[in-house]
Amino acid sequence: MTTEQSPEPAIRVQGIEKSFGELHVLRGVDLDVARGSIFALLGSNGAGKTTLVRILSTLLRADAGTAVVHGFDVAAKPGDVRESISLTGQFAAVDEILTGRENLVLVARLRHLKTPGAVADELLDRFSLTEAGGRRAGTYSGGMRRRLDIAMSLIGDPPIIFLDEPTTGLDPQARIEVWDTVKKLAQGGTTVLLTTQYLDEAEQLADRIAILHQGTIIQNGTLAELKQLLPPAQVEYVEKQPSLEDVFLSLVGATGTEKES
Amino acid sequence: MTTHALADTGTLTGRSLRHIVRSPDTIITTAVTPIALMLIFVYVFGGAINTGTDESYINYMLPGILLITVASGIAYTAYRLFLDMQGGIFERFQSMPIARSSVLWGHVLTSLVSNLVSVAIVIGVAFLMGFRTGASFGAWLAVAGIIVLFTLALTWLAVIAGLSAKTVDGASAFSYPLIFLPFISSAFVPTDTMPAPVAWFAENQPVTSIVNSIRALFAEQPVGNDIWIALAWLVGIFVVAYAFAGVAYRRRVS
Repeated sequence: MTTEQSPEPAIRVQGIEKSFGELHVLRGVDLDVARGSIFALLGSNGAGKTTLVRILSTLLRADAGTAVVHGFDVAAKPGDVRESISLTGQFAAVDEILTGRENLVLVARLRHLKTPGAVADELLDRFSLTEAGGRRAGTYSGGMRRRLDIAMSLIGDPPIIFLDEPTTGLDPQARIEVWDTVKKLAQGGTTVLLTTQYLDEAEQLADRIAILHQGTIIQNGTLAELKQLLPPAQVEYVEKQPSLEDVFLSLVGATGTEKES
Repeated sequence: MTTHALADTGTLTGRSLRHIVRSPDTIITTAVTPIALMLIFVYVFGGAINTGTDESYINYMLPGILLITVASGIAYTAYRLFLDMQGGIFERFQSMPIARSSVLWGHVLTSLVSNLVSVAIVIGVAFLMGFRTGASFGAWLAVAGIIVLFTLALTWLAVIAGLSAKTVDGASAFSYPLIFLPFISSAFVPTDTMPAPVAWFAENQPVTSIVNSIRALFAEQPVGNDIWIALAWLVGIFVVAYAFAGVAYRRRVS
């Protein structure tokens, strides 16, 4: 391990490549995610964010490169990686026919916990779903469904959580609820890698932000670092601080959206 | 992780059985079509069909009806598997530390339970319509064994369809040819009245040997060679379907 800083990162990605036929989605991605931090992967639709998350959560094999999650290589030790992570995908992965509580009990059983019922009740309470716990998840609103989805991901306290576009399709109120949840997670020491196409989401939540564009990470830094990237000449045109949106669009360029897949 | 395979399969089977309990229509619709066919064949066509035996017609055709019941029931497995993959819960399971095969086995065992319930309903109606057998407990067990094997073999075919389908309709359409296979067999009429090429097909396709075996068991007759041909077909289809389901699964998750 050639680490510069002494604690090993929670996630280390080096030279990951992935193509689907002629389509080169990832062309050599490198990034490190520090333990206990919130890391935002920012990119337009089709930039390859979901592909990277799927590789890190052992759902997809990379064509080249290495990815180490919680000290385990995703290709060589997928079983150990799955013990260490939880994935909340782009579409709420809840069983609509089961009740909210049954969904939680199901995941607790599959994580081989001793008291699935107690775990479920505790999470229902924590996510303000106790009242809805006995209803089928199919009857939930988008925000409730997403909360249940995230609650299911927390069962077994995995040290690393992947959130793939956790707030896509949510109303502003539900978005803020999800943001609060993510912040609390990080405070509890969980490492969170989230993907988003919402720039304010990254700005709100992330300790570090990486911009994935056309298959590579074109920038990686803290919000403050990214803001400094704008050339001073452009700062003169605006009176207030540039928002992250300005940074993103300037880095990606006007042609950026045409090449997406 | 494989030490958890049985527990995980049990948990996931419990999950999809709960789906069936919450929408029991899947069991009822599975049983309704074969029951309707049974009514038509017994009370409309049956009087004109000469099976060449002294058996009542319902005794003659019940084995074929049971196979049709299973063939239409397994389509729901493809359907449920397809919905799981659409909804994202499949990916959640895949990213969890569970035995991966248990995701499919959960669906397969659910199919087994629900189809056996449907088959039991159909047999119950057949008794009301005059089906009689003096089959021993052992013979009943043998019939149950054949039906279980038939259901498992066909369910793994359904798993392939569910894993590789692009649409909901595609996931369940594959079962139609399976439902019609018993009609070109000895299930409803003796094969010797059919034109030579059709008779040849009917006599050499798996349904005929399976139907003949079940019929002989119910009639307390010796099963002869049919049972071995039937078992060879069933085990063969099971093994091939299981292998291809594995291929389809790895293509889907790799």
